[in-house]
Amino acid sequence: MKYLDEFRDAHLVRACLDQLRAITTRPWTLMEVCGGQTHTIVRYRLDQLLPPQIRVIHGPGCPVCVTPMELIDAAIELAASPEVLLCSFGDMLRVPGTRGDLLGCKAKGGNVHIIYSPLDALQLAKAHPHKQVVGFAVGFETTAPAHALAVKEAARLGLTNYSLIVAHVLVPPALEAILSSPENQVQGFLAAGHVCTIMGYEMYEALARRYRVPIVVTGFEPVDLVEGLLLTIQQLEEGRYDVLNQYARSVRRMGNMNARALVEEVFEPTTRTWRGFGELPASGLALRPTYRDYDALVRFADRLAGLSEKSAVSTSMEQDCQSGLVLQGRLKPSDCPAFGTRCTPEHPLGAPMVSAEGACAAYYRYRSA
Amino acid sequence: MCLAIPGQIQAIHDTEPKMGTVAFGGVKKEVCLALIPEAQVGDYVLVHVGFAISRLDERAAQETLQMVRTLGDRDNRRSRDEIS
Amino acid sequence: MNQGFSQCPLPISPDETIRLAHGSGGRLTQRLIQHMFRPAFSNAFLDPLHDGAVLPSYEGRLAFTTDAYVVHPLFFPGGDIGSLAVYGTINDLAMCGAVPRFLSASFIIEEGLSFRTLHRVVTSMAEAAAKAGVHIVCGDTKVVDRGKGDELFIATSGLGSIPSGLDLGPHRIASGDRIVVSGDLGNHGMAVLSQREGLTFAGDLRSDSAPLHKVVQDLVKQGVGLHCLRDLTRGGLASALHELANGTRLQFCIDEPRIPVMEPIRGACELLGLDPLYVANEGRFVLLLPASEVDHAVAVLQQHEVSRHATEIGHVRLRDEDSHDPAVLLRTLVGTERILDMLSGEQLPRIC
Repeated sequence: MKYLDEFRDAHLVRACLDQLRAITTRPWTLMEVCGGQTHTIVRYRLDQLLPPQIRVIHGPGCPVCVTPMELIDAAIELAASPEVLLCSFGDMLRVPGTRGDLLGCKAKGGNVHIIYSPLDALQLAKAHPHKQVVGFAVGFETTAPAHALAVKEAARLGLTNYSLIVAHVLVPPALEAILSSPENQVQGFLAAGHVCTIMGYEMYEALARRYRVPIVVTGFEPVDLVEGLLLTIQQLEEGRYDVLNQYARSVRRMGNMNARALVEEVFEPTTRTWRGFGELPASGLALRPTYRDYDALVRFADRLAGLSEKSAVSTSMEQDCQSGLVLQGRLKPSDCPAFGTRCTPEHPLGAPMVSAEGACAAYYRYRSA
Repeated sequence: MCLAIPGQIQAIHDTEPKMGTVAFGGVKKEVCLALIPEAQVGDYVLVHVGFAISRLDERAAQETLQMVRTLGDRDNRRSRDEIS
Repeated sequence: MNQGFSQCPLPISPDETIRLAHGSGGRLTQRLIQHMFRPAFSNAFLDPLHDGAVLPSYEGRLAFTTDAYVVHPLFFPGGDIGSLAVYGTINDLAMCGAVPRFLSASFIIEEGLSFRTLHRVVTSMAEAAAKAGVHIVCGDTKVVDRGKGDELFIATSGLGSIPSGLDLGPHRIASGDRIVVSGDLGNHGMAVLSQREGLTFAGDLRSDSAPLHKVVQDLVKQGVGLHCLRDLTRGGLASALHELANGTRLQFCIDEPRIPVMEPIRGACELLGLDPLYVANEGRFVLLLPASEVDHAVAVLQQHEVSRHATEIGHVRLRDEDSHDPAVLLRTLVGTERILDMLSGEQLPRIC
């Protein structure tokens, strides 16, 4: 497939790695922000091929891992009501809230539909006028425009049976949180190519200057990853901290202006609690007042009342879990005492072991011999 | 965090919102083109959750690959030099 | 000869639907058997409609297997639940080296299924059985309340005879064996998925559902030395290799670039974030055999349409007993090695 196969070429991967070995003189710690990049690194075991001085730690870029349990609980609560069709991406179904996950809710008779696109949920709303269709809007900046457009479409069509649980999160505040932490070890970032496809990378320029860290916007195929690492290490070795764009085939400096305008029109920044991080100001998206009618948490406020107190009671599942440290790049999944023993994809202690993109699950699934 | 896959636009439909048929290595799917209204039939686009989010720039892709190939050539030259 | 609806002597209208009474053993059950199942499956062993079929004996050992078929939608590109229920059971027998002889078929029907649909399925089963040279000799029908089943479930059991002297099975796999796969992977699973509500995609996706006993018989006839055969069904290649390696001291090593996956399947898997090594097949199998037999086996396989993409993908070696050496190892496109794990739960389409 064009634009995939060329970037999976083993010779090119080796060429980049040879160069990386040639220029690396000191230990460096880098973070790849996005779970998709984590997936590629461990799926191809690129980590085995890196010079020993380079440590790559995995960032918080797994939207389902950072979605707070309260919102999962809300989705489960709504899916259990007979008049609701809850639409979710497949990723979210196994992630536990305080009282189980959406797959379990489905098994007990909850109306959970797996959708591929937010527009599929609109189709369901049109096809089932007597049901309330609720979309579980998870994802980073990449996915937000799709939900923004779905809400605008619902408004245009006058659909009164469509709403969203908005769980969108934003990358820059999380990077800022990592960089400003006194325990931060990250010296350079591979920024998430698909988030930057929408948002561009202008906003990283100030961050790179302020914290003196090189940031390289990077794609998702093996050649992309190793080239992204090379461009970051080159800068570190030379004492530079620029923002570079490895993923130029998709990413423009200002991103996709149409998509940004759409997000701007429908959503506004809000404080969000990140699972594993805690509360981060202006790190999430919420529907603007004009579109508040499409907010499922408002529409079903009565039904969801009292849920937050229940969710606040932390469960034994989270107590043992060190996913917060993993998501902040302070703990390697395989260094967690529970990894692969008490915590496996069948019996996860926390979200990163559940999600296909979660660092723990990726480590577990693709562990080397 | 975001699975996005390159595909080629086969047809653009006159719908609201703008949709098109995109081919991904032999399978075709209806994709929303509203985020890249300038897209043309034949363009390669990156698709995430059923939405085309960017037009892929062939020249930029070639430049990326060329840069890496140059590294490989340089290494080959070096090893040839070492042998001779 | 099969009798279609057009020749049906009693007024069963194709627009009629199955009712609970069709499973109660009374007049409606009889009508269903006499006008649907018996004409379609008719053979000397079934026709007496006795409590059990009385079968001839065969020389050599017997192979016996059973399987249940649950698929939604019932009809998908390249097949349907009926032919699947015949071929799936035939394939299980074929993997034992057996010549499939007789099948049983039980139908669990959800109230409200149309006769037209049931007839299509039954006809497809009869055609599949005739094509494969097996007889459906006994069966049963039950009807469940509406909402208690997904239109139609079918369970088939199969009996086959193993030529004397032939011994195939996991016990014969040895270190040094090669791993050959009979064709390209992932077709059935993706063809079915492409029809699911909300995922629909168009393209050259067809289930690979097909009987494998003829190619197996040809391998045996041509004198190819085989150790073990395993058909790749749900869970795909990865799961089949795990089933074979688990509990043994053997390690299966496969080479990612050599595993055949066709472009449409790759495209669909990329799009939905699925791994074709875990996607279901219904007409593919994996062969374990000595290295010296590989060329011969691949040559024979490639002469059959069902296995024309057959190719060697890896080898078997001894596991290091002291360490946690994995059962199945994958050499990636970039030359690194990693575990190919068992699936944890169903593969779900993902966006991340």
